[in-house]
Amino acid sequence: MKLVMAIIKPFKLDDVRDALTAIGIDGLTATEVKGFGRQKGHTEIYRGAEYAISFLPKIKIELAVKSDMAEQVVETIMTTAKTGQIGDGKIFVYDLNNVVRIRTGETDADAL
Amino acid sequence: MRDLRVNKKAVAASAAIMAFLPGAANAAVDGETAFIFNSFSFLLNGALVMWMAAGFAMLEAGLVRKKNTATICLKNIALYSVAALTFYLVGYNLMYMDVTGFIGSFSPFWTADDADALKGVFADGGYSASSDWFFQMVFVATAASIVSGAVAERIKLWPFLAFVLILTAVIYPIQGSWVWGGGWLAEMGFSDYAGSTLVHSVGGWAALTGAVILGPRKGKYSKDGRVQPIPGANLPLATLGTFILWLGWFGFNGGSVLALGSAEAVIEMANVFANTNMAAVGGVLAAMATTQILYKKVDLTMALNGAIAGLVSITAEPADPSIGMAIIIGAVGGILVVFAVPFFDKLKIDDVVGAISAHLVAGIWGTLAVVLTDADATLAVQVTGIVSIGAFVIVTSTAVWLALKYTVGIRASEEDEVNGLDKAELGLEAYPEFGPSS
Repeated sequence: MKLVMAIIKPFKLDDVRDALTAIGIDGLTATEVKGFGRQKGHTEIYRGAEYAISFLPKIKIELAVKSDMAEQVVETIMTTAKTGQIGDGKIFVYDLNNVVRIRTGETDADAL
Repeated sequence: MRDLRVNKKAVAASAAIMAFLPGAANAAVDGETAFIFNSFSFLLNGALVMWMAAGFAMLEAGLVRKKNTATICLKNIALYSVAALTFYLVGYNLMYMDVTGFIGSFSPFWTADDADALKGVFADGGYSASSDWFFQMVFVATAASIVSGAVAERIKLWPFLAFVLILTAVIYPIQGSWVWGGGWLAEMGFSDYAGSTLVHSVGGWAALTGAVILGPRKGKYSKDGRVQPIPGANLPLATLGTFILWLGWFGFNGGSVLALGSAEAVIEMANVFANTNMAAVGGVLAAMATTQILYKKVDLTMALNGAIAGLVSITAEPADPSIGMAIIIGAVGGILVVFAVPFFDKLKIDDVVGAISAHLVAGIWGTLAVVLTDADATLAVQVTGIVSIGAFVIVTSTAVWLALKYTVGIRASEEDEVNGLDKAELGLEAYPEFGPSS
């Protein structure tokens, strides 16, 4: 099993969710996060003085999938979250050891 | 009552009609009718000015950070209450009763005296005593409101209210007696219709000395001394506050006609409403254009300050200018505020809401601008008024701030400032369900 974690632009969340649902993914967790990458931040002016916005708002999504699905999930996120502009985000794939569904106690592939 | 010689042109005109044109079609109304309308003007316009306290509260609540929101709301409703109490206890009589040139009477507990009117005897331009007391009382609250925004986010609650007590009980009424009480500046011919100097600059000077003695908020300046902006938490609230102030200002300036008992007074009040509105318009548009040119972006908070600066600028003489002149007077105020805000920032004077720029700087400009449209006003006398009242307030307010600083202390502890005054002073948060305060 794999845990796919992706940092994407906030306005792309609904598109990514729809595309993942279409390929059979039925669960993910989304978190509002802030960070910087190659996009860095930018400066704004407030009442005549410049200040730096060092961290930009992003969305982090996490989903656990069977290993044979991981490549397709990554591909789907990449195509739907892409704008071609700097700041589109990154995708990370981890090995996943255990999964437990709390309600039933099912484990691993049965719990996905 | 404010001195007739200063700004009761309309009443003087109506008295003249009463004397010379008793049978004319536009004959003046009888004394009781004039009394009713004059009192009505004080009450309705005074209620509008009272509502400015809500404007200041919302403007300041929008421009502080989330962690200090409940505290600034509390300070605003508390300072209004303290100001009203002190004006009843000593303020009104110090300002208006038996003014000998420099000060009124130290006679405590103001009481209404309507004996003549109740007997059916009505003086020219008469009004019920409490309507006048109420109208003058809401002005002193405005002066105190100006201070709270400048010293926000780091001053302790009770020492702040102690300062407000002295400001509204002693400092404001004494300098007010010099002009509106008929004292020495009025004798000299100093003209300040609704208080560009008497209210707004006085609040501004007290805010300036407070901000200097208190020092800037933690984090306002980097180690190498650069300004680090601290954006306000809620700009819609700040915008609402500015609109409320704008509305209240019609009462502030309009009520300062001090009469509604004749066509002349009504015409003057209407002109004052129109000019007050258009000066604010000039202030907004000028501040917007100036920030666009200087910074390549429009700054909403500067547009809001521009509205206030325009309003303050026209307050010293809202009756005489043409509409076009009112727009220009307001626009100059709006431009001044855009330059004054970073200027005070560079001097390490941390004014959270721009109160010193909008009320003091524009107040000085507005008081000087009287000479543009009022032939009776002279630059020398206007400067004398600005400087003497400025010196008086600087000296007295500095003394009070320092006395508080070295006795009870005025500045919140560093830990309280970091955690926010809401938790430290009130033990609650303004928005408890919206995540941790920044």
